[in-house]
Amino acid sequence: MNGPVRPPADFDELVARPARWLSAEGPHADLVLSSRIRLARNLRNVPFTHRAHEEQLQGVLMSVSGAAQRGQGFAGSLLLRMAELSPLDRQVLVERHLVSHELGDGTRPRGIVVSPEERLSLMINEEDHLRLQAIAPGFQLTEAWAAADAADDELDQSLDFAFSEEIGYLTACPTNAGTGLRASVLIHLPALVLLDEIQRVLKSITQVGLNVRGLYGEHSDVMGNLFQISNQTTLGRSERDSIEILDRVTRQIIETEEQARERMMRDARVQIEDKVWRAYGTLRHCRTIHSREVINLCSAVRLGVALQLSGLCPLNVINELLVLTQPAHLQRAYGGELSPAERNVYRAQLVRERLVAAEPGPGPSA
Amino acid sequence: MLCQICGKNPASVHFTEIHDNKMSEIHVCERCAEEKGLHATSKKQQFDIADLLVKMVDDSSGTEEERVGHVQCPRCGLLYSGFSETGRLGCAECYTAFQFQLRPLLRRIHGDTRHRGKRPVGEGEGATRFRQIQRLHDELQRVVEREEFERAAVLRDEIRQLEEETRAGGEAKP
Repeated sequence: MNGPVRPPADFDELVARPARWLSAEGPHADLVLSSRIRLARNLRNVPFTHRAHEEQLQGVLMSVSGAAQRGQGFAGSLLLRMAELSPLDRQVLVERHLVSHELGDGTRPRGIVVSPEERLSLMINEEDHLRLQAIAPGFQLTEAWAAADAADDELDQSLDFAFSEEIGYLTACPTNAGTGLRASVLIHLPALVLLDEIQRVLKSITQVGLNVRGLYGEHSDVMGNLFQISNQTTLGRSERDSIEILDRVTRQIIETEEQARERMMRDARVQIEDKVWRAYGTLRHCRTIHSREVINLCSAVRLGVALQLSGLCPLNVINELLVLTQPAHLQRAYGGELSPAERNVYRAQLVRERLVAAEPGPGPSA
Repeated sequence: MLCQICGKNPASVHFTEIHDNKMSEIHVCERCAEEKGLHATSKKQQFDIADLLVKMVDDSSGTEEERVGHVQCPRCGLLYSGFSETGRLGCAECYTAFQFQLRPLLRRIHGDTRHRGKRPVGEGEGATRFRQIQRLHDELQRVVEREEFERAAVLRDEIRQLEEETRAGGEAKP
């Protein structure tokens, strides 16, 4: 994986390849799907995006994308202008965690620069002029930070960032002022949810000043047992200190989850294995399926893989399913619009095909 | 520049406060200065800008609140009331224009008002190389802690090379 990666020629090629953060490589990849660093920056002499004129934003888009493409970090990257993408394609980028819902609306001069394998991306003219993002598979916050930090330095060579000695990097929303840093991990905590210990854990996370939310679904209705934990404050602490705290807390949560899994397997091995295999069986043989169900069943299979039950698919296949079964990806793969009912049928087909392809040896047909 | 209290009249009275080696300024119009008993020619020079702001914010009569809301950013024209509604500032200059309102807000959000993170590097390759060396040193420390000595040796070589480039006045490396 260390050789140079041929950059994607266009949007089609970008979408055809799975993002590197789905690869399930990296430490603790069975629990931590990805580690992400985001830095918010603005240009000193242009009003923030929501107050800037069209021409000013065009200028920002030009100068920032130019600066990015000159740097090493974004070598071989692709510039996508939101206005030139269809609503479906913009939604594809949202589902790939490359752009926010805000950037996905496409009505203003906005764009994104994406490096090969989607390691680095740069949203332009979102809430802030620049939102630089580095994602790494597994639990590798330091690596993600190193990539973002280096790319930020490169951008800084040719862009004049809004910065004050006292407050640091100035952002449209004061909640991001200072470091402009949002460091986060996407973590899978099925045992803590099953054993009903999750609320206690989530509470202790917020008590140390971190923020936690479900990746899919809101509040109590968290789907897939996937949680995003991130730093909340951006002033008063260096980037390294913020990341260090998140890193330390994540390690503790990993340990707590692993202990819960051990207990669960000790007390209810058959029930857990049954749950995993039923989930796998449903995914493997379904004929129509809602995306919510895919997310929840994938959670059970992911747990099974982590518990080393043999005969299941590799983790990267599960990770990829989470993205590929979302509505926009699905319709793009199909090559046209689908009604929700048609999507459920096509989704079931796609899931079956993926699982069959991942089965060891000659498997039965879907 | 407009008065930072009413946001309507030109500011003609300027106060400067130095506290902890940090200078804060406030610019108000004659009328507001008079009203607050803060005329530059008055004997009552001993006042604290923070006190003034507390007065501004604490005075809960509708008109005072409106006045705070009328503080305006001289560069982008955003009123503080506009920020209160959307939670979004208009430009980098807003942080200066609304500094007295923002400081307590930042403290509430972050528990601090002071940046302790990285800063723009400035221009040129030398600065980048400097930062890169810093980063490698950080990583070196981490890998030594983890006893990954092979990796440490590689890092040490990289650092040495970069330091040599710096000494050479450095046009090495693309």
